[in-house]
Amino acid sequence: MRNPFRSEADAYRLVWLTIAYFALIVLASVINVWLGVAVFVAETAAIVWWVFLRRSDTPPPPRIEPSHTHEDERRILVVANETVGGRRLLECIERKSEGVAEKVLVVCPALNSPLRHWVSDEDEARAAAQRRLDTSIASLRASGVDATGEIGDGDPLQAIEDAIRTFDPDEVIVSTHPEGRSHWLERGVVDRARSRFHVPLTHVVVDLSAEAAPSER
Amino acid sequence: MSAAAEAHGHGHGGDHPPPIHYSSRVSPAILGMFLFIASEVMLFGSFFTVYFFDRVVANPPEWPPPPFELPVFVAFVNTCILVTSSFTMHWATTAIKRGNRAGLQAGLVLTFLMGLTFLLTQAIEYHRLGFNTGDHAFASTFFGLTGLHGGHVFVGLSILLVMTIRAFRGHFSPDHHHGVEIGGIYWHFVDIMWIVVYVTVYLL
Repeated sequence: MRNPFRSEADAYRLVWLTIAYFALIVLASVINVWLGVAVFVAETAAIVWWVFLRRSDTPPPPRIEPSHTHEDERRILVVANETVGGRRLLECIERKSEGVAEKVLVVCPALNSPLRHWVSDEDEARAAAQRRLDTSIASLRASGVDATGEIGDGDPLQAIEDAIRTFDPDEVIVSTHPEGRSHWLERGVVDRARSRFHVPLTHVVVDLSAEAAPSER
Repeated sequence: MSAAAEAHGHGHGGDHPPPIHYSSRVSPAILGMFLFIASEVMLFGSFFTVYFFDRVVANPPEWPPPPFELPVFVAFVNTCILVTSSFTMHWATTAIKRGNRAGLQAGLVLTFLMGLTFLLTQAIEYHRLGFNTGDHAFASTFFGLTGLHGGHVFVGLSILLVMTIRAFRGHFSPDHHHGVEIGGIYWHFVDIMWIVVYVTVYLL
């Protein structure tokens, strides 16, 4: 949705749209009160559809491709939030790092509530993400993986784009909760990342509750 | 250069730092404008709620309830003046964007004069109405709504006065006219709110 008061020209356009909106209602009301109500409902519904429901005309974000200037090493970008310390994810990273001179960057998006995001109050979210990231990096380094980590943008796609531009990975691993519990899957983050970035992408599902349960003997 | 090409040219190991790209964080300017609009919508919304509550609950056979009568034609002329002032405000902004200082000055002076005419006409109208704020719930809501808007016009006129003085003192240029832009947005907002008030209170 575009802010109608973004510029003076936009606000001036809104003046005329407002006049047109109310002129139709008043004209219809002069003919018949209920016709005026009908025009009001129809116009309002049309505006709601136009503002909130129609597909955006803004072009899709550009597809990002890595430059691949590093031939003697394999760069792996890992994007995960709550699942960053998951066993399946760590196993996947270790498997992909075997036999190559790997360089792993783990990005943990600082997920925040919409209200806190709007008012740029993200200190707590970043601190929580940093704690998870530290644990994960320590586990990877203990396994001999050359891993570094950083906190990413709260929007996972933006976090991936940021990291692709700066880290230039050969492949990306996105870790999520299982279907039904993952907000990222619900929002189609993995599919959108595949279509937006020209980098091989592996999706790892981490079930933290299953991993936390004591194994049966 | 495309973003992909930029990524190639400025990626890890290149000669340049990574290119600037957008964060998903809401910019302070946009957030400020949204908060301002939201607060104004709530403020006017509360007054409109009272007005419609009074109108629906009282449900008189005709509106406004006798013996109250509103000067619809005078208010219509006043509305035309305010809408025209939006046009001159837009003219002023367009003029400074093109480097036309005379156009900026003329546009701001005309806008200020029309805004002042609107406010004075409303004050005279109040004097001639024949009823006061405590006479009836309708009178209270009428003065509340139009008075709230009048207060906004007064603030807008104050901003316009500062803008006009600055314009005559040589401030603003095609590259630096943020003060005109922001003042113009506020003035158009005041205009839009009057259209809503006029249609609701005087016509429907």
